[in-house]
Amino acid sequence: MADVMKLNVITPEKQFYEGNVTMVELTTTEGEIGVYPNHIPLTAVVAPGVLKIHEEGEEKKASLISGFITILPDAVTIMAEVAEWPDEIDFKRAEEARVRAERRLASRESGLDELRAEMALKRALVRLGLKH
Amino acid sequence: MASMRDIKRRRASIQSTGQITKAMKLVSTVKLQKSRTKAESSKPYFSQMYETIASMLEKTGNMHHKYLRSGAAGKRAVIAITSNRGLAGGYNNNIVKLIAASPELDPIGTKVFSIGKKGRDGLIRKGYEIAEDYSEIINEPLYQDAADLTQELLAEYGSGEIVEIYLAYTSFKNTVVHTPRLMRLLPFDKDAAAATADVQGEPKSQALMNYEPSAEDVLDKIIPKYMSSMIYGALLEAVASENGARMTAMDSATNNAEEMLGKLDIQYNRARQGSITQELTEIIAGANAIG
Repeated sequence: MADVMKLNVITPEKQFYEGNVTMVELTTTEGEIGVYPNHIPLTAVVAPGVLKIHEEGEEKKASLISGFITILPDAVTIMAEVAEWPDEIDFKRAEEARVRAERRLASRESGLDELRAEMALKRALVRLGLKH
Repeated sequence: MASMRDIKRRRASIQSTGQITKAMKLVSTVKLQKSRTKAESSKPYFSQMYETIASMLEKTGNMHHKYLRSGAAGKRAVIAITSNRGLAGGYNNNIVKLIAASPELDPIGTKVFSIGKKGRDGLIRKGYEIAEDYSEIINEPLYQDAADLTQELLAEYGSGEIVEIYLAYTSFKNTVVHTPRLMRLLPFDKDAAAATADVQGEPKSQALMNYEPSAEDVLDKIIPKYMSSMIYGALLEAVASENGARMTAMDSATNNAEEMLGKLDIQYNRARQGSITQELTEIIAGANAIG
């Protein structure tokens, strides 16, 4: 399948990724989606998850924490607020964040910002999931 | 004519001032290079963001959304991005003037969210009310800072406390050209967006965009991101402009110091020659008197 589309991943700091890809997988607020070329135009909001980029014969993974995605038939643009390649992730910090978030959720103390703790946990898990 | 000692003293003081301005110029040159790279590498994000939002709103037509309505009565907010330090020529003053001169932002109905001490002080002098001061941010802008500020502004916007949000910053074109700019962040300025889109001449005849979950929900989520990225982009450009402005200002200050030194040199030589001539005249006159 030689059908490709242009993928552009941009973060506030830099052009994160640019190239021709055969498929992109990522998580949106509505669930996980995989995008092939000639997708219908779609704009969706990104939820914390793993971004899988399928190039021809190669697959790349990165963490994608927040942002939004604009899909056109021949091009996909991801405006990522936070995105990292596996070698940019501080796994020790992510591990600590996971423990902290789990403790906070388990403690059930009053005034707990549950949503925030859950988001923190999700982020940490996504990052840890990229560890080989 | 000033005495030789006076000229010498004056010369020494100008020389040391010139040394300081020269050093400052070198420092800001280095800083400029750094901040410029940063501003340029993040530029794609902002222009893309602006385009996406503009085309989104264009395709969704006349949607009624809280971020799009306009004309409500109430206070306006302006984010004024300047610097914490002076000696940058007209850099800080230009922003103050820009805000004071704009008809929408009169001192009574405007809340200022200032980033940068110099602009804050200037605006206070003009009679503006400073709602909040975030001068620390400009030293080293982080994306998170912009996101925090956005949240605060949107909370006030959501509660109807403020009805319009403006952003005043200095946009960076190149090392010597930086123009102060005032843009309306919210409600989103459709006409201005359409104008920029026209200039770029992009084909806008794409199929209708779909939204997941719904256009309103997506806008709810994206507008804050749009705002924080606009603020962050403005911060980066402002830092680059500040260093550029300082570099230019310090360069001309150094040149002026050199010019003055040259003039003083001539004056000094004249004074020296004058005193020698006078001494000679005195000696000769003395010798004649004796003889």
